[in-house]
Amino acid sequence: MKDDSKIGMSLIVKTITRLIVGPILIFGAYIMLRGHLSPGGGFAGGVIIALSFVLLILAFGRDAKVSKVSINLASNLESIGALMFLCVALLGFLGGSFFLNILNKGVPFKLFSAGTIPLSNLSIGLKVGVGLFAIFLALVILEGTKKNK
Amino acid sequence: MTIYFLCFILFCIGLYGILRKRNLVKIIIGFSILGYAMNLFMVLLGYRFQGRAPIDSNAQDILNMVDPIPQGLVLTSIVIGLGITALLISVAIRIYEKYGTFDITKIKRLKG
Amino acid sequence: MELYILLIFMIFAALVAIEVKDLLSSVIAMGAVGFSLCLAFLILKAPDLAITQLVVEILCLIILIRATTRKDIPLVVEGRWVFNTVSTAVFMAVFLFFAFHALKELPFFGQPLMSVVKKYLEEGMSKTGAVNLVAAVILDFRAYDTLGEVAVLFTSVVGIMAVLRRPGRNNLKEKNHER
Repeated sequence: MKDDSKIGMSLIVKTITRLIVGPILIFGAYIMLRGHLSPGGGFAGGVIIALSFVLLILAFGRDAKVSKVSINLASNLESIGALMFLCVALLGFLGGSFFLNILNKGVPFKLFSAGTIPLSNLSIGLKVGVGLFAIFLALVILEGTKKNK
Repeated sequence: MTIYFLCFILFCIGLYGILRKRNLVKIIIGFSILGYAMNLFMVLLGYRFQGRAPIDSNAQDILNMVDPIPQGLVLTSIVIGLGITALLISVAIRIYEKYGTFDITKIKRLKG
Repeated sequence: MELYILLIFMIFAALVAIEVKDLLSSVIAMGAVGFSLCLAFLILKAPDLAITQLVVEILCLIILIRATTRKDIPLVVEGRWVFNTVSTAVFMAVFLFFAFHALKELPFFGQPLMSVVKKYLEEGMSKTGAVNLVAAVILDFRAYDTLGEVAVLFTSVVGIMAVLRRPGRNNLKEKNHER
């Protein structure tokens, strides 16, 4: 990585990005996990997590470490998210029917409550985030291969 | 009632962009505007005067909330709209690579 | 009243997005429509939708700008065919006419039919334990919608992969090896 300063944006942008990516990731996880208590949920949290990786690629150029993560891993993780959601749905058969909320409801206004809804939020967030990141990665890598020719 | 009609006018602008424009990116933008108008119309149908957001709290009475079902439907519809836009853009990039233009009539001419 | 101002602003921004010549300006005007839609969701008491619309709009703008810029786009000459314009106008007029007649059957703005939702609002917290009723609706009462959405998004990602992958797996591996 000798020419690290040439690819990507300027040094200021890179430093600020390095500082700010962690809080964005944590904020995405916060929105995703508290989806049953406050506005937010799996969709918004997943898109925020995808945006943090997109910010990394935009700041460090397409040869950054994140884009070395192959598209295959991203689409595998996305399939795992979809299967997790289906498993949460199939869990309802233990109680009698599809999508039945069989876990303990708990006390409202607490973090661990509402049965299977936090699990569904988690799987949907994983699926949406990794899927949108895979879409962005596919577009970026296509542009890279076209320039090589 | 007027606000529904303004929403339909927004829908018509998206329709005009799809039917009349010859640039592929303009057609994609028309699709997006059409989707925005649909989402807005569904949420407008569930609004209630002096309602509050559908989130429970300890203090307030429960019956004065806006309708949560259209909000749930639109929440899935927004993410699907992003997927549709990305798919259309990837097809448009392929067409640009093959023919070197975004103009749909030139693509038709090159095909025959 | 704020809703009317926002909607009129959205209509003008949509007109600009459709009609302006430069593609980058057009994409940015579409972003203006999306962000004012986010504000409209906030006014309509839908905070979940406002958050989701905001972040989705940002990602959509990034993808569109990366797709449209950096390409020397030849100027697209818009042909003015009379037949095309007239048929489009007639189609839109027919749509607006029937829409205006259908509007009479809808409930008035601000007074929705709450026949189904009343049950959800009363029993939502005790049956699911979730405080956010939108999450209770999309993940418990009507979770089949979300399952369909997951399937559609998966199909979309697979379709993008299939459309964009031309080099083939072996070729791509060689290119990664070269770097």
